[in-house]
This record gives sequence, structure tokens and C-alpha cells, in this order.
Amino acid sequence: MQVNFSVNGRMESVDVEPRCTLADALREDLGLTGTHLGCEHGVCGACTIMVDGQPTRACLMFAVQADGCSITTVEGLQNDDGKLHALQQSFCDRHGLQCGFCTPGMLMTAMDLLHREVEPSRERIREEMSGNICRCTGYVGIVDAVEEAARTLNSADPTD
Amino acid sequence: MKAASFDYVRPESVAGAVRCLVDAEGDGKIIAGGQSLAPVLAMRLARPRILVDVNRIPGLGALRRDGDSLRIGAMVRHHDLLEQRHSPLLAEAARWIGHAAIRSRGTTGGSIAHADPSAELPVVAAALDATIHAVGPDGGRSIPAVDLFEGALETSLDENEMIVEIEMPIPTAWGFAELSRRHGDFGLVTVVAAEVEGSWRVCIGGLAAVPFRARECEWVLDCGPAGEDRIRQAARAAAAAIETSSDLHATADYRRAMAEEFTRRAIEQAVAATRAGAH
Ligand SMILES: Cc1cc2nc3c(=O)[nH]c(=O)nc-3n(C[C@H](O)[C@H](O)[C@H](O)COP(=O)(O)OP(=O)(O)OC[C@H]3O[C@@H](n4cnc5c(N)ncnc54)[C@H](O)[C@@H]3O)c2cc1C
Ligand code: FES
Ligand code: FES
Repeated sequence: MQVNFSVNGRMESVDVEPRCTLADALREDLGLTGTHLGCEHGVCGACTIMVDGQPTRACLMFAVQADGCSITTVEGLQNDDGKLHALQQSFCDRHGLQCGFCTPGMLMTAMDLLHREVEPSRERIREEMSGNICRCTGYVGIVDAVEEAARTLNSADPTD
Repeated sequence: MKAASFDYVRPESVAGAVRCLVDAEGDGKIIAGGQSLAPVLAMRLARPRILVDVNRIPGLGALRRDGDSLRIGAMVRHHDLLEQRHSPLLAEAARWIGHAAIRSRGTTGGSIAHADPSAELPVVAAALDATIHAVGPDGGRSIPAVDLFEGALETSLDENEMIVEIEMPIPTAWGFAELSRRHGDFGLVTVVAAEVEGSWRVCIGGLAAVPFRARECEWVLDCGPAGEDRIRQAARAAAAAIETSSDLHATADYRRAMAEEFTRRAIEQAVAATRAGAH
């Protein structure tokens, strides 16, 4: 089936079988391998992306269901000038990643949180990030990174 | 694992969806939020020939107050339940479902139809004696929640029937208490205590195949003012009536003990709210 949607601001068209998940369409058909697949049943959070502004497990949605939707993946995070997004930068600075497998999902989940809450407490960050599993970091660096990104974003000059 | 092949249809009306199910001759499946069905398909625990996507049917995502009750369209997402202000009990229950990325897609109708014994919304529906409105090839019918839930992942819905709306009273007082291992996990024990039209409703999830209405407990509470002793007695009555078994997650004894404690907490929360409201 022919499916059209926008990914990170670009119109894309893919021809997929109905059983192809949105995650597989992004990875296999569009080459956007930043969206990772761990469990493929909604539990690990590695595949989290934004669909029409809502955090979504890309492994639990079929590509055909996304027809006409607007999608943001981790590839869409960096700024137009190629600089890392504040969240990506703070993940680097605060040791928010080791192997990096969980990182795309962590970033997208954190971005959704920071859209909703400008200054989440560490407790809130832990709560909201608890649906994303990391086997390396022990999470402390991730919580530090999200906290720091919130500070950076809050102090950023809005006219910048 | 990946899902087996299926055909995909996206009807634009409830009648159209029912027609698709009938045409599939028992081999069709509705997909709503997909948060329970997609894993089932991926693990090939189900292999429907036709997937009927009801996400684009207009009108099913509406939530409105109708006097003292709330009418919730089948496609109202968990996220919308969390945000609405009409029923704080439903908002609290929704907060306990999974994580933001699950709540953004998962639907009220899907959760009720899936009838997971550890899910939050079926417990609320059974506690409040919700009415489930469904449409099938022979027209619509209204099913009381107690008659809908038949077993773990089993309901009395016909294979060609679709839930379109869930109607629940808005309780005058409520309490919600859940025990889960980690944030966002399914509940080991989930208790809803609510006062509707002056009488108590207490329902416990996670213990048996279907939400358990603790009638003895309700009766104890209805007999007089809910002081500390009566609340304890009511919680004990609930635990005594429970039939549960041990599994991987907890022993039967532990479940029963936790059911008593979390029932006490839910009732106390509801009573505290009534007291605060009386001032
Ligand atoms: C990681 C993870 C954590 C979760 N945690 C929780 C939790 O803590 N608590 C909880 O309650 N749930 C939890 N869920 C499940 C989630 O709440 C689901 O959204 C819900 O159980 C099913 O709703 P759905 O809209 O996604 O339905 P779907 O997955 O689309 O469908 C589920 C079943 O219901 C049927 N169905 C759907 N809609 C209708 C309808 N309108 N009429 C008739 N049949 C219909 C489908 O055919 C299918 O058999 C979790 C899921 C995941 C992936
Ligand atoms: S791959 Fe989607 S949640 Fe694990
Ligand atoms: S950095 Fe390796 S899984 Fe999180």
C-alpha cells in the first residue's frame, strides 16, 4: 500500500505491506535507522518517536496507520545549523549514554516531557522516563542530562 | 518477531466497520490504539486475516458530561482521560496506565474490550456499574459492565460487535489505590472505592480473571458512618471474600494481604474526600 507522511518536515512516500510497522518503514524504507528496535512489543521504549506531536511507540503502529501524519524522529532533533539539540548535548556532557542503543528513545521521551513541563523534578523525570529501558548507564546520567537540558532550554534567549 | 500478513481496511463509519467484520467471517480484528493488539500480532498469538482500523471514524473520540454521568467515546485515549476534569477518578486511573507513549494511543474502548485482569479501566467500569454501548450487525445494545467481563481477556462481545461508547456515573466520592512493582507496570492489586447515589461501590482488580466487586465490603460500609473501625472491618470483609491464586508475580497470601491494605487505603481516601467536601 502507498502511504504518505511527513518525516522531520519532509514529505515521504513509501510502498509497504500492511503488516510493516512504522518503525520498520522508517528504518528499512527511508533509511532512518536512528529509531531503534529492541523488544518490538512496546516495553523497552527504544523506538519512541513523535506522531502528530504525541510520543508514540513506532513498533506498535503500522506504517499504513500513519498515512497523512507528521512524524519526528531522533534525526529531526538537531538544530537547522547542524548543532546538537540541547538534550543531545546534555546527554553527551552528562554521560547519559554508553552504548547508545536506548538513546534515541530516551531523547524523544525526554523531549516530550520538556514540552509539557518546563522544570520537572528529578522524581518526575524518573517517573516519566521509566518506560524506557537502559541496560548500561544505571539511569543517573540520564536523569542528570534531562535536568541539565531543562535548565539550558529555560535560560536560552527566546529571540536567539 | 513480526506480525503475519493481513489485509488492512480503514472504514469511515461504525456501520462500515461492522460490515468489514461481518465480511471477514470471524477472521477480522478491530485495531484501536494497538497497544495491546500490536504485541499480540507481533508474537503471532493472533493472526487475523483482516485488520479493521477504527481510528479515523469520526465522533468516537468525544467525551461529554450528561447530567451525573460521563459518556466516553470508544476512541477516547488514556491521555484524554487523564486531562479531562469531569471525573477525577478516571483521570487518576488513567495516570496509572503505562507511560506517556502508551497513553497517547491506547483507548478506553480498547482497554475495556481487551479485558486484561490487571488493567485499570475495567476495574473502574465494574466499580461504577458502567454501561457499554456496542453496535453489531443487528443494531446496538447496551451491556452492563458486570455482564461484559467473562474471563481473562474474554468478554461477552460478539466477534462482529464493536464498542462505541462507555457510560459511567460520576461518583460523589472516590478513592483509588494500586500496588505495582514499578511505575507504569500493570497493577498487582488495583482498588476503586466510590460513592454513587449514596451507596458504596468497591471493586478490586488483579486478583481474579475479572474485576471483583466486593459486595460484603460495600454492605459493611453502607451500614453506617465510615469510621476507622468500620473501614478496617470492610477491608477485612473484602479480603475474606477473595479467591485468588499464586503466580509468578505474587503468592495468593500476599495478594490477599495487599488487597486488604489497598482496599483500606482506597476507602480512606474516598472518606477523607467526603469529609473535606462537607466543610
Ligand atoms: C508497555 C505497555 C504498558 C502498558 N501498561 C498498561 C497498564 O499499566 N495498565 C493498562 O490498563 N494497560 C496497559 N497497557 C495496555 C494499554 O492500556 C492498551 O491501550 C489497552 O489495553 C488496549 O487499548 P488499545 O486501544 O490499545 O486497543 P488495541 O490494542 O487496539 O485492541 C485491543 C483489543 O480490543 C479490541 N478492540 C479495540 N477497540 C475495540 C472496540 N471499540 N470495540 C471492540 N473491540 C475493540 C481489539 O480487537 C483487540 O482485541 C500497556 C501497554 C503497553 C504496550
Ligand atoms: S522496540 Fe518499541 S518499545 Fe521496544
Ligand atoms: S546506553 Fe546502552 S542501553 Fe542505554
